[in-house]
Amino acid sequence: MFPFTFSKARDEASALAAAVSGARFIAGGTTLIDLMRETVERPAAVVDINALPYRDIDLQPSKLRIGSLVRMSELAAHPGVRGQFPVIAQALELSASAQIRNMASIGGNLMQRPRCLYFRDVSAACNRRAPGSGCAAISGRNRTHAILGTSDGCVATHPSDLAVALSALDAVVITRDRSGEYRIGVSDFFRQPGGTPDQEHNLSAGALIVGVEVPVVPEARRSGYLKVRDRESFEFALASAAVALDITAGSVRAARVAVGGVGTVPWRLPAVERAIIGRTVSPDLWRDAALHAADGAKPLSENAFKVQLVKRTVERQLATVAGLP
Amino acid sequence: MATGPIIAGCGDDRHEEAATSVVRMRLNGEAREITVDNRTSLLDMLRERANLTGTKKGCDQGACGACTIMMNGQRVISCLTLAVMHDGADITTIEGLERNGRLHPLQQSFIDEDAFQCGYCTAGQIMSGVGCIKEGHTGSPAEIREWMSGNICRCGAYTNIVTAIASAARST
Repeated sequence: MFPFTFSKARDEASALAAAVSGARFIAGGTTLIDLMRETVERPAAVVDINALPYRDIDLQPSKLRIGSLVRMSELAAHPGVRGQFPVIAQALELSASAQIRNMASIGGNLMQRPRCLYFRDVSAACNRRAPGSGCAAISGRNRTHAILGTSDGCVATHPSDLAVALSALDAVVITRDRSGEYRIGVSDFFRQPGGTPDQEHNLSAGALIVGVEVPVVPEARRSGYLKVRDRESFEFALASAAVALDITAGSVRAARVAVGGVGTVPWRLPAVERAIIGRTVSPDLWRDAALHAADGAKPLSENAFKVQLVKRTVERQLATVAGLP
Repeated sequence: MATGPIIAGCGDDRHEEAATSVVRMRLNGEAREITVDNRTSLLDMLRERANLTGTKKGCDQGACGACTIMMNGQRVISCLTLAVMHDGADITTIEGLERNGRLHPLQQSFIDEDAFQCGYCTAGQIMSGVGCIKEGHTGSPAEIREWMSGNICRCGAYTNIVTAIASAARST
């Protein structure tokens, strides 16, 4: 790990001032410290933001407001979240381990960096870590990599499960910099790699994430998260599906579907949603709609299995959520 | 907490002496004041500076759980956090579980149920198990397995670890 100066921000103004001079924010630290130890991240200054007042979970009639420093375990255990947004609680509890969920913050979860082993190995070519150096994964070990939203420059998946659930629910990321507060929809927050894989999000330089807002919608009550992975627990997704359905009198009134483990960003599936909204519930409906789950996929040398896997994951989760009481 | 001086020319010349800070903590009930390099993980501080070597370093990247401790009443891993971030924290390690010479019920249960082989992961398993019981995630063997998945045992003593936690949860 390279040396750095360390300070604790007393308030928002001091945190933002430190960031202007290039400091990195630290909250839980579970991603940043790991990457600093691997020398992937080399900040000259680190600012601890844990004293900032972003600790509340506020469930109002029309929206859920989550402070960015709320820990994953706290949000997952919140009775209102469990009742009205089961997909959020499930995505969180299927992430990481109990210990890491006690440490990792919601803002930090969204800011996780890729788990691609070439990104984490400073001797390998990686356009995210070292722009212009190439992508070792495209011709290397890419079994766990993305099939959607990839480019010639990068094929790493986005690792967050929570972000997949938030994408399905049209959540908004609230950020603040020295010029004010901004609201960015989750689908606009994350950037596909394109020709600039090192630019992972649309957060302005030195800005803080202060919270996340999730609109209260009826279908969120009937929702859930399915995560398919190489081992049963404490593993990243090969494919995952966040599904929310409003089913009235046997037909689908509203549907929200997003997938993880297959995209370079959390991947919403409007084609699947369109295929079921207004239709009568049936097993055939889920199967036929899920055929669209991999539309546009570009499999790599080792991950063609994900095309079928993501369709089956979506089909199963549509059926599971539809069958909820 | 006192923060060390900013190092001149830090941006260009990174191999100079690192900044240090003083942290004050309660470690197993005892007030301690320790000077650490900013880069020191909480795990390394416990082992190398506080001489609490019961907490083990397995992977040092958050994947194995051997370094699990209780911080302010919650189980966390000590390798993925910096000591300097925890000024004022109340920390319990495996050395702090016994009371008046008697083992914690979960420590005793690990012995009674033969819940370890080589023992390297055991301190982390027990600290994590204390958290698991406290959180109330011991309703079934499957629930214990899921909520203990952050602790790896390469000997494969999982069956008896689950039994030991279930047994201690019933008796506490």
